[in-house]
Parts: sequence; C-alpha cells; structure tokens
Amino acid sequence: MSKTITIDGKAIPFIDGQTIMEAATAAGVYIPHLCHHPGYTPHGSCKLCNVRVNGRICSACTFPAAESQDIQNLSEELNADRRRITQMLFVEGNHLCPGCEKTGNCQLQAVAYHLNMLDNHFPHFYAKRNMDASHPDVLIDHNRCIFCTLCVRASREKDGKDVFAISGRGINKHLIVNAESGLLKDTDLEATDQAANICPTGAILIKRTGYTVPIGERVYDHREIDAVSLEEERGEHG
Amino acid sequence: MRQFIQSLAAKHDFRPTHLLEMLRAVQARYHHIPGDAVELLAEALRIPRTRIIDATEFYSFFSTDPKGRYELLISDSITDHMLGKQELMAYLAGKLGVAVGAVRDDGVVSLDNTSCTGMCDQGPAGLVNGYALTRLDRSRIDQIAELINGAIPLEEWPAEFFQVDDNIRRPGLLLDSPIAPGEALKAAIARGFKETLTEIDKSGLRGRGGAGFKTAMKWRFCAEEQQTERYVVCNADEGEPGTFKDRVLLNSFADQVFEGMTLCAAIIGAKQGFLYLRGEYLHLHDKLQAILTQRRAAGLLGTGILGGAVDFDIEIRLGAGAYICGEESALIESLEGKSGIPRNRPPYPVTSGYLGRPTVVNNVETFFAASAIAVHGGDWFAASGTEKSQGSKILSISGDCARPGIYEYPFGTTVRTILDDCGASDVLGVQVGGPSGTFISDQEFDRKLAFEDLATGGSFIVFNHSRDILAIAHNFTHFFAHESCGFCTPCRVGTSLLQKQLDKITGGHGSAGDVVALEEICRLIKTNSHCGLGQTAANPVLTTLERYPELYQSRLKKISFEPGFDLDGALETARRMANRNDAAAHLQQTAAEHE
Repeated sequence: MSKTITIDGKAIPFIDGQTIMEAATAAGVYIPHLCHHPGYTPHGSCKLCNVRVNGRICSACTFPAAESQDIQNLSEELNADRRRITQMLFVEGNHLCPGCEKTGNCQLQAVAYHLNMLDNHFPHFYAKRNMDASHPDVLIDHNRCIFCTLCVRASREKDGKDVFAISGRGINKHLIVNAESGLLKDTDLEATDQAANICPTGAILIKRTGYTVPIGERVYDHREIDAVSLEEERGEHG
Repeated sequence: MRQFIQSLAAKHDFRPTHLLEMLRAVQARYHHIPGDAVELLAEALRIPRTRIIDATEFYSFFSTDPKGRYELLISDSITDHMLGKQELMAYLAGKLGVAVGAVRDDGVVSLDNTSCTGMCDQGPAGLVNGYALTRLDRSRIDQIAELINGAIPLEEWPAEFFQVDDNIRRPGLLLDSPIAPGEALKAAIARGFKETLTEIDKSGLRGRGGAGFKTAMKWRFCAEEQQTERYVVCNADEGEPGTFKDRVLLNSFADQVFEGMTLCAAIIGAKQGFLYLRGEYLHLHDKLQAILTQRRAAGLLGTGILGGAVDFDIEIRLGAGAYICGEESALIESLEGKSGIPRNRPPYPVTSGYLGRPTVVNNVETFFAASAIAVHGGDWFAASGTEKSQGSKILSISGDCARPGIYEYPFGTTVRTILDDCGASDVLGVQVGGPSGTFISDQEFDRKLAFEDLATGGSFIVFNHSRDILAIAHNFTHFFAHESCGFCTPCRVGTSLLQKQLDKITGGHGSAGDVVALEEICRLIKTNSHCGLGQTAANPVLTTLERYPELYQSRLKKISFEPGFDLDGALETARRMANRNDAAAHLQQTAAEHE
C-alpha cells in the first residue's frame, strides 16, 4: 500500500523524497506558487505555497511529504494570506499590467486573479528600477522582478551557464548578471536558453516576439492558473 | 592590486569558503570593494563574480562605493540612543564636516549608523575601521576629529578610546567557578565521552542562544549521523541588540568556551571547529588567536589531544555585519563564504550543515556551560533553576539602571529581583530577549526568567518613565527592516511595510484603521516568514500594542482617512513655481477641518 498524506481531508499518495508540492501536483491538487517550478531545485522564497502541516505553517515546495501529515491548503485563512503576499509583490515592484507585454501570460497576474485580488491594499514602494535592453535578443525590466530566482536556477541547472544571480540584502535585493560591465549583452545568455524563457512575470522578455499572440487569446485570459499549472506541470513531470 | 589579491587568495588557499575574510582584507585596504578586485578574486577563486558582488552588497561592512580612510560607524541601538547617541551623532557630523551616510569630499572620513555593536553597558559606542570605540562623549569626539584631521594612524590613538570593560556585576553558578584549561577534557576522558554526554543530558542544558533546544540531544543527533566528517560551530554572532555577554565570555573565559567546543568534538567525533565571531568584535580576534595557539602548545588542541585519540582544531572566522548570521543555517552559509540566507529545513544542520556535513551549532554560553558540566557533573547544574529550565542564565543588562553589565541568575529569578540588583528605579518596562523578545510592563515584574515564562538569549534592557514606548518600537522595527535578508516575501516586503506603517502613525499621519492595518502586517510577517528573524520581527510592535493599545490610538488623527504623507508639504514645489504663498495655495489637514 502506498503512503499517503492528507490535503484538505483528501488522501494523497506520495513516494519518499517527494515534497508536499510534488505529491499534490501529481495527484491533481493545486497549491498556489510562483518561485516553484517542476524539475527545478525548490527555493521556498515566495511563500505563496505556505500550507498548514499539522497546524504549523510550512512551504509546500520545500517541505518533505511524510506520513501522518494533515495538511490544510485551501482554507480561507491561507488564501487570505496568499492574497496579501501577492499584494506585497505587486507594491514592491512596479507592476502595471495594462502596459506589460506579459499580460495574460503572467503568472503573478494569474495568481492574483485566482486569489481574487482586487486592489494592491498596501502603499506602493515606487522603487526606482532600471531596464537592461543591451542584449540583442533579450530584455530585462527590473520593475517586474519578484526575486523568484527561476532564471538563476535555470541558467545554472538547465543551461549549464551562470548568467543570473540575486544580490544584496533585504528590500534592496536585485537581479544581477554575470558580466564585468553588469550588462546582459556581455553575458553568454542566448534567447533559446531556458533562463531567458522561464520568468513567471514580464521581467525577462524575448525581443521581437511581443504581441504575436493578441491580448485576449493568451494562456490565462480564459483559463485559471490552477488548471493550466496542473496540466503543464503534470505533463512536464510525468 | 593584482599582486595583493593574488597573495591574499593564496594565503587562504584559494578557498571560496574564505571569501568573507578576503573581502574584509580588500575593504580594509581600499575602503571599498573595487570592481577590479571583484574580477581578480573571481578569477583566483574560480567562482562567478556575481557571488562576490552579492556578498559585497549583503554584508554591511563591505561597500561598493569608496568609504573614508577612516570609516566611522556609530551604533544605532536603542541603548545608545538612551545615552544620547542622536545628539552626539549630530555633533560628530558637524565636527568632522561630513553628513551621516556620506564620505567627506577629501575622502578622509565617512560616517554612518550601524546596528548595535554590543557595547550597551559602555556606550554610546561605535567602530572605526572595524575597531570598537566605547563611551563616546563630546570631549572624546573633539579628540577623534583632531586625530582624523591630523591623519594620525589608529595605532597611535589613545588606548582608552578602545577600552572594553567586562562589567561583571553578579557572577553566579558558572562565572563564580571557572574551570582551568584542560580540566573539562581530563574529566571527560576519565569518565568517558559517552558518560559525559549522559551528564550533559542529565544537566538539562538547553541552547543559550534563546531557542532552547536540548544540547545533549543535538549532540547525540549529530553523533548518530552516518556521515563521519562532522563539524562544531560556536555561534559568536551576538547581534541581538542589548546582548553583550558572549563578548565578555570570549574576553575573559575563552579557554572554557574553546574547551566546550573541544568536548563537543570529542563526543560527536568532529575534527574541525569554527568560532564565528561577529565583525563588531574584531578587537577580540588577536587575543583569541593567541589563546588557540596556547591551547595547541598545551596539547588541548591539535592532533592527539591530551595524548588521547581526539584530533580537533578551531578556526576563527569573522562576520561582516549581518544580524541574520546569528540564525544557525545563515551562519553556516556565511561560513561557506556566501551571503547569510537561512536554509530550508529540513534538513537541519545536525544532518546537513557546513559543506553539507553534520554540524553542531551552539551559542558561546552553551559551550561555556558544557565544560563546567563536564567537570562538576549534571546534577550540580540541574540543582539550579526550575524544573523545565535548569541551571543559570547570563544576562546582559543595559538601559536605565545604575549598574549595567553582566549578571548571572538561576532560572526562575523574577524580573523584580533583577531590577533591584542592577539599581533600576522608576521602571516603565523591560525589553527581555532584545527586539525579537518581549516588552514587559511594570505590571509583570513578578514574571520569571525561564524558557516556560520569559525565554531570553540574554538581552535585558531597562526603560524608565522618561522613555517613549513608540520610539522604542520604532527603533526596533527599523532595525529588523534593515537586517532582513530579503529572501522571503513576507519578511522582505513586510518589514519595510511595517516600518512605513509605524512611521505613519508615530509621525502623526495615522487615522482610524491604521492601527488595525499595522496589526495585520505584523501578523502576516509573523505567520508566513521563512525564519526566526521574520517570525519575531513584529514582536516590538505586537508586544507593545498588546500592553499599550491606547498609546497607539492616541497618535491617530480623528479623521477617517489620512494620507501617508504631508499634503501641504507636497505642494511646496508647485507654490514655488507659481510664486504663490497665499492662503488658497495651502491645503489644511487639521482634524478640526475634517470633523
């Protein structure tokens, strides 16, 4: 008999070594997330996937599944906090969906919709952030970076390069690139690299591909992120 | 520079784990980390330059932009404030002709704030090129300004500027009976290491950093790991504002602390240990090195300790200004030469710590107590304290009291007794356990020092009735926002939001609903953060709000909404441009107008 955990009252099978997130995804249970991506080393920083494991808050993407775990995922309390955490990400950076090429394909936006986020709630930081348009094929708009480190991990783990890193402390954290000039054009990043295509927001965009899919026909324009995510992530992983 | 970096890297065997040490040397020489140094180090250590940039930007004592040849940092702890720090800082800035946070035009001197330097019983305090300055006052500042303007090297400054006193006011169980070098190891060898672990278990000793995990259990878990390459780490990153007892233990009882580490190594089977010393305690570094040398000569460290089969040595590693490195997994990251970001757990350090190997991380005081237990036995220790909190606790007492300094009490002692002993009168409240701990009011002085009541890493700050509780919460809240590592969203964004929200209220811009909003931010940070820093960052507001809600409410305006900024002030530029200053060009924001 396989081992199981319980998520919102439902028995979910798992195998040793799986995280709660992995077991949930495999069983078709969506846990909201932004910094997690199947097949990547878990990071645990966005905290959207916080669940209650036997009463204690844990990040589902890093916490190992183990027997006798009674997990709360879809409670009103947890979703309310997830909504606030998403709002924190929105006010920290400068996220102006209507003017962003990623709208409709953006996971930050889609999670916000999914959590029924109707305003930003908190005061805006209006952080002064730059753009790096130096690379012939790839653009960085730091205004939209949420420090999920997916590009960092993609470059290291998938592309065998080391193009990106997160640097600095606290609220001054920022994305840096591995070039003496500090410019993307002087790195070995290519538009086909996974690191150039993994960004959940519009912080890293491929040039000259903007609006090839019209607004209104994009991934999250008609579908919720839970369904899309489960379909893609279960597909990718097994 | 190439030659300097090359020999620096060679001195550290080109090990990336020693990156912080190398960056400290670069900063000391160039007063910043120049881009060329980043490139040369990356090349020499074969690591991406991004890792070096990250470390430079993460640690407070490194800077990308040039600082002065005299880098002056003044401690911004609440205890320094209480001793007149703010007024002195203004005086210092005027005397030196440099703004706070800036470098003087001639590049000679830079001035800035820094988090608590652990000199709360002898402040206001600061650091000059990393070395601790104590008891700052106007006359001392006059002299410092002269020395700096005369380009006098630090070695020629008066020694009393750098004098750091122990101020042990009330020794107890441990401080009254220090052990002789080698005594604990000899006792453990005679008794057997396994039996000595049983004694430590029997003593009930729990981690003295504040979290209170059972020491014997931690050591046993580590010893039982399959992987046989194991490490012992002493956490001397004493960063909790108001704490300085580890500084005193390392200044006067270092042998006993090192002996505790060696004892742990013998029990768990480790060959290498580290003392992670906070950068602010640079002044202790050479003295501690000399003690390690003595211990090697005496056969208490090195190969075949005391002629037996135990091989163990200790290396001292300096931090570089980051409170978060007191968190054990962040400390390990820092030991590995990276920025101090707490790891995901599990695995815990006892399973996967330094370089992924089983590692015991304990506080200075824990190792200090363990040596004494090895000599005197578990019952001796357990006879003190309460049922759940055995033994004694060493407190760092500062603030409004006649005799600030080091006090050792058996657990179970009441706050009232402590206040009487240190000469505190007219007490408004006490911050127990530092900003991450609890503010207790004058109604709670019968509460006891114990894991089951008031748990503490040792910080004990006394406030009298002349102090403003909101100013205290304000200082602590800014501290956490400054020290958040930024890894997780709730702490990175939340501590900044909390700071803004509290500033809004204390600045007189709060209105109905703003205290509720404040509480909500607190709860979000506390519940959702990744590590202990975030989980406790809201405590200064939460524990004072719980006790003095009326104080917060009294700062609110009696209108239903108030913008977070000064409306009329924001119009100033427009008035200047329009060359107007008549009544109609002003917006009123008084409560009366809105009511």
